[in-house]
Amino acid sequence: MKVYRTTSIALRALRRNPMRATLTTLGIVIGIAAVIVMMEIGSGASAAIRKSIASMGSNMIMIQPGTAASGGVSFGAGSVMTLTPQDCDAIIQQCPDVHAAAPAVTARTQVVYGNKNWVPFFVVGSTPDYLKIRNWTELDQGDMFTNRDVRNANKVCVIGQTLARELFEGASPVGKEIRIKNVSFKVVGVLSLKGANMMGMDQDDIIVAPWTAIKFRVSGTSLGNVNQSASSTSSTVNTLKNLYPSSQLNLYPVPSATQAADTPQPIRFVNVDVILAMSDSTENIPAAVKQINVLLRERHHLRPEEPDDFSVRDMTEMIKTFTTATSLMTNLLLAVALVSLIVGGVGIMNIMLVSVTERTREIGLRMSVGARARDILRQFLVEAVVLCLMGGALGITIGHGGALLVRYFKHWPVETSPAAIIAAVLVSVSVGIIFGFYPAWKASRLDPIEALRYE
Amino acid sequence: MPFLELRNIYKTYYIGDIDVPVLKGISMSVSQGELVALMGASGSGKSTLMNILGCLDRPTSGQYLLEGQEISRLSADQRAMLRNRRIGFVFQNFNLLPRTSALDNVMMPMSYNPEHLPERQARQKAEEMLGLLGLTDRISYEPSRLSGGQQQRVAIARALVNKPSILLADEPTGNLDSHTSEEILRLFGQLNQTQNITIIIVTHDANIAHHAERIIHIRDGIIDGEINPESVSAGAGGAE
Repeated sequence: MKVYRTTSIALRALRRNPMRATLTTLGIVIGIAAVIVMMEIGSGASAAIRKSIASMGSNMIMIQPGTAASGGVSFGAGSVMTLTPQDCDAIIQQCPDVHAAAPAVTARTQVVYGNKNWVPFFVVGSTPDYLKIRNWTELDQGDMFTNRDVRNANKVCVIGQTLARELFEGASPVGKEIRIKNVSFKVVGVLSLKGANMMGMDQDDIIVAPWTAIKFRVSGTSLGNVNQSASSTSSTVNTLKNLYPSSQLNLYPVPSATQAADTPQPIRFVNVDVILAMSDSTENIPAAVKQINVLLRERHHLRPEEPDDFSVRDMTEMIKTFTTATSLMTNLLLAVALVSLIVGGVGIMNIMLVSVTERTREIGLRMSVGARARDILRQFLVEAVVLCLMGGALGITIGHGGALLVRYFKHWPVETSPAAIIAAVLVSVSVGIIFGFYPAWKASRLDPIEALRYE
Repeated sequence: MPFLELRNIYKTYYIGDIDVPVLKGISMSVSQGELVALMGASGSGKSTLMNILGCLDRPTSGQYLLEGQEISRLSADQRAMLRNRRIGFVFQNFNLLPRTSALDNVMMPMSYNPEHLPERQARQKAEEMLGLLGLTDRISYEPSRLSGGQQQRVAIARALVNKPSILLADEPTGNLDSHTSEEILRLFGQLNQTQNITIIIVTHDANIAHHAERIIHIRDGIIDGEINPESVSAGAGGAE
């Protein structure tokens, strides 16, 4: 009730001089409009950047095997085979901050269809979750292969746009059989266009198949290290092998069953080249990394003093670079806007001081009919706040309109930011209070007798 | 017990090192329902006395009792409350808020009333008060469209709207022609009679003073004499 009455008195007082009130608030209007435009364009830009980072998989965590070393010579990351598909399953089940994980094996080999051939940059064997982790779930044609295909090591694959163009030249690849290193795979889907990644590599030059199929039927070897079980499986399944000169040479005669039984080979576990994991959000990446570290150390029976036999990487550096750049830009613009708000505030203070002088008689009169000093203080303070709030509202409207215009004419990404609007309202109220206080205080300290006599 | 009593009031202004005594021991009392004129030449201290009576200022020494309450030592906020509830002011230059309707002008003191009447009741009360002063058809007029007499009547309505027990008028007719002055003074008389409001008019004009029941002369900060105009009505001019 009191607030309502004081506000209506303030509004009435402002209405007595609408032109001056408008000009006074101009500083605030410009300041707030600038803040809103900056925030909306800034958040639009950072959303666009966030989106582009996300398209590369900003929440992605890469787990690679560690390094092998022999006599002081290390062989670099991935030179030991320590990661297993079971590790991947355990990560999915036991790390609460990991949203999804997929094992992956890679190969580099020739792909043939009809009279065309191509060597894709990425030949990836994984699970259906791979696309989810890569943020690539949209398919142009067909469908992704299923977990069942992974279990059965089915010869199916999805291919990227570049590969589709090179091999099929516009014809639909779905349902066609292509040969990967002479193993026939059926194309079940075509991935959507993704473009180049940060290093400039063509991400569409890819073929994704069940990791079991790539590992056991195609590569047989991974990382240049011979995996015995894979190579033997590959040679038994691929019946076309002997027809082509590119078939692997058997340096040694194939052991007979009796020989094999007499000289048992050490049975090695199945390893994968890399495990890709994904956290729910960028904020949860550190927690997820920590959980993965703890889990894998335990699974690999590493004693506390032993170094990790794997390494976990995330996109921190990439995210940091981008967010620093955008937040620096936004902060810079905000600082400029803030300066204009301060200038606007000084304008408010100036006009309020003039107003107090001009209305000295009114103040005296109000005091003589019983207004206490604090009533006068409140009246002028509310007046300044109302002035600033109106300026703020106008500024928000203009700023938002400006941002929409920018989007319409320049096609910049713009995002309405409720936080900026709330901040603008709060800022205009505090500008009103800060810069309205001194004039209001001055008004409240007037002597009623002097004020009444003031000409 | 008198309605209003001043006991040995002194007021001294300090301008730099110089003491300027304005009131030098004023004692007087006014009873409920009186219409008193305070007369004196300019510089006699009547305005200062008026400010003290109106609780706008505090005496340097002495006692001021209003309805038996000692008020010369009240705090600023307490005096503001007192002014709001018990005292109505009427000024020479009306002091209406510009570009504000007569009604809003009259409603203004009620917004400082601690009772805080709801908007509609306050509006009704202000309308009644304006009606009492014959301004029903001028309610929504702004002061610039009202004549001097009408403006002063709006100011009187404003002074009366909180039902004060005392009305202080400082040269209420100073800016009005003689005909309108006559009208306003008759209004004061009526209010005094019908509403039983104590009225103190400060003036330097003997003709105006003679509308009062009692005239108190002030000269150089002391009460110079007191006249009951009815007893000397024949020789009014001789009072000077």
